[in-house]
Amino acid sequence: MWKWLIPLSVLPVVVLLAYGFRTNPREIPSPLIGRAAAPFALRSFDGAPVSLESLKGRVVVLNFWASWCYPACYEEAPVLERSWRAFRDRDVAVVGVAIQDKEESARKFIRDFSFSFPNAPDPGGKVSIDYGVYGVPETFFIDRAGRIRRKHAGALTDELFRTEVEKLLRES
Amino acid sequence: MIPEIGTGALAVGAALALYGGVAAAVGAGTGRSALIASAQHAALAVFALVTGCFLLLAYAFLTFDFSVRYVAIQTNLATPFYYRITAVWGALEGSILLWAWMLTLYTLVMVLRHRAQRDLYPWALAVMLGIVAFFLVVMTIPAPPFERLTPVPPDGRGLNPLLEDTGMITHPVALYLGFTGFSVPFAFALAALITGRVGDAWIATTRRWTIIAWYFLSLGLLIGGWWSYHVLGWGGYWAWDPVENAAFMPWLTGTAFLHSAMIQERRRMLKLWNISLVILTFGLTIFGTFLTRSGVIASVHAFSQGSIGAFFLSFLALVLLGAFGLLAWRWDRLRADGELDSVLSRESAFLLNNLALVAAAFTVFFGTVFPLLSEAVRGVKVSVGAPFFNQVNVPLFLALIFLMGVGPLIAWRRASVENLTRNFLGPVAVGTGAAAVLWLVGVRSTLAVLTLGLTVFTAGTMALDFSRAARARMRGGLGLLPAMATVLRRHNRRYGGFAIHFGILIIALGVTGSQAWSVQTEATLRPGETVRLAGYAVRFDGLSAAQDSTHAKVIGTFTVSNGRGEATVMRPTKKFYPQEQSPIAGVDYRMGLREDLYLVLGDFARDGSQATVKALVNRLVSWIWIGGLVLTLGALLAIIPDDKRA
Repeated sequence: MWKWLIPLSVLPVVVLLAYGFRTNPREIPSPLIGRAAAPFALRSFDGAPVSLESLKGRVVVLNFWASWCYPACYEEAPVLERSWRAFRDRDVAVVGVAIQDKEESARKFIRDFSFSFPNAPDPGGKVSIDYGVYGVPETFFIDRAGRIRRKHAGALTDELFRTEVEKLLRES
Repeated sequence: MIPEIGTGALAVGAALALYGGVAAAVGAGTGRSALIASAQHAALAVFALVTGCFLLLAYAFLTFDFSVRYVAIQTNLATPFYYRITAVWGALEGSILLWAWMLTLYTLVMVLRHRAQRDLYPWALAVMLGIVAFFLVVMTIPAPPFERLTPVPPDGRGLNPLLEDTGMITHPVALYLGFTGFSVPFAFALAALITGRVGDAWIATTRRWTIIAWYFLSLGLLIGGWWSYHVLGWGGYWAWDPVENAAFMPWLTGTAFLHSAMIQERRRMLKLWNISLVILTFGLTIFGTFLTRSGVIASVHAFSQGSIGAFFLSFLALVLLGAFGLLAWRWDRLRADGELDSVLSRESAFLLNNLALVAAAFTVFFGTVFPLLSEAVRGVKVSVGAPFFNQVNVPLFLALIFLMGVGPLIAWRRASVENLTRNFLGPVAVGTGAAAVLWLVGVRSTLAVLTLGLTVFTAGTMALDFSRAARARMRGGLGLLPAMATVLRRHNRRYGGFAIHFGILIIALGVTGSQAWSVQTEATLRPGETVRLAGYAVRFDGLSAAQDSTHAKVIGTFTVSNGRGEATVMRPTKKFYPQEQSPIAGVDYRMGLREDLYLVLGDFARDGSQATVKALVNRLVSWIWIGGLVLTLGALLAIIPDDKRA
């Protein structure tokens, strides 16, 4: 009864489209994974120098945020601060980079969430271009050897921060 | 109160539509007129309820009722009156409401027009009410337009600035009238399958409906192009974005159906094909909404997403499995009566036209879902861009332009040599001549020469046919203009179709011209400096800033002079909306029949010491919009009631 093949041919298309629910088309794999992280030397909002060079040998969590990024950055900020406090004594550095932000708003954001890790503006957007930042927030996990090991787009969770950092810490 | 009233009314509407659908089906199956009458009353009540909901939502927008979540997200206190109305359908929930309202409107018109019929109409009513019920359920569960927001915020978020445009009144309205309009032929096609009356009745009943739906879909696509051209600021009108493709696919299959239906009317052929095309067209309208709203495929159109995808996919699966299942069940009755007599015949020209249109629809579908397929099968993310779509579609469209010239004039059944020479010798000569002239004046784009040659050929066939018909009337003693008017009135279907074809040819001219001859440049200028492009000198005079009710903007002032020494001032802007992360371009352009000059302001120094400007000279683009007007006139001519007197 080959005529029944006509209605049945609909099924594979439906299955393919249903598969689409499991994927996120906006999640773009970064070609930087496994490569050496681009060096940067910034001056934090407190005036202290922050550079990748100075953090060599530590696991670095590089987070790009902006005060206008609502709600994801606002959801993520407490997670970042909490996780940083949990890991600060274990050879882990967290660096925040505020991109395309007004200085006043960025400072208020840092105050509101009582960030205690270094945060710096990115004048001219140089660092975010080097890291291929597409939107905010995005977070890069850099291992002790200075290689980018994972990129996460969207708000971080405690769970994700912990597993990724623990993994990189175990490596050496 | 508005959230509760609206939500309640929609839930009651959903229940009524479901009841009406079942009542109409049972009434149709058992022949009990009382049930059908009851279903009609339900249809009327659902129309009244949905109309009320629509007005209620509009009222909530006009009065800034931020207790309605949708209103709070779509507007803020600065949104002007005019855009508060268009904001009603500016996002998912409201556009589903607009869609549902149009469906109920079409259902009402269907009841009024066809209620005396007893063969197909009751089943068609059941199908329509079933579709209406689906949309109302969507608004009750995954996309509630009246969801309450607590606590009530003092101000809303604000409309997507790209939607602050007049095109946003007409574009979604036209597009949705097209999408929903195809529900009616679909409903009658299903009725034909269910009752087994798969002859010409459903085709004749739905002819005018199909033209109306097709016309609105065409208009929606054109206005979408116009919006893209003058709002988005990239200088183009079509990008093969998944959302555009979603609207284009049902247009292609719908166009195929308009033509193949004529063969069934005339030759009793293609019954199976016609029903399949209508099912496919309706399925593609649902697929389009699924694609736009589910977030399954990446698109530059940043529309909202949600659990709505699963609802639409389930409905799509139900529609396609059910309809094609019925088709398989009625397989034996759908066998053709007529046969193709000759390759040189109008039937075969129409068949080729159908093949080209369906092939185009398939390639667009394939290109649109390919990223998904690639990720599913190979785990690789890809995106399919304009080069793929252009490469496969341009030859198909050239073939369609050629067939547009051949189809209406070649004889039915079997064309004689006499028929061919009489109708085509002149146009072929004119078309070839036009191509040769273009080549001689230095046009070296093969594609442009080919397209324009074919366009002239096809325009020639239509001019020849029309002038013959008018001359025949003049021999009856009429003057030229009365003769032409009589021909148009008496054969409105034929010449309405011709006018639509002519509109399409004009659009093809605009598309060809803009693709082949447009030029652009980008320059960073200091005040007083000039960039030159295609005979224009664009001088940067300076920057200024201004504050509008919803945004701040930076205005670039440019003095533009053309080769003839006329000067004009153009002011492209960059608009900064508080709720947006990046600025929005405000294009400035001067339109002309030959070319448009189009300026986009790029980066600038805050102190006004320099600015980057992108200048485009887009050739013949205006003809795309003119073609749209001609197409409108043609569609009007084609749907006016036939004139049977004398």
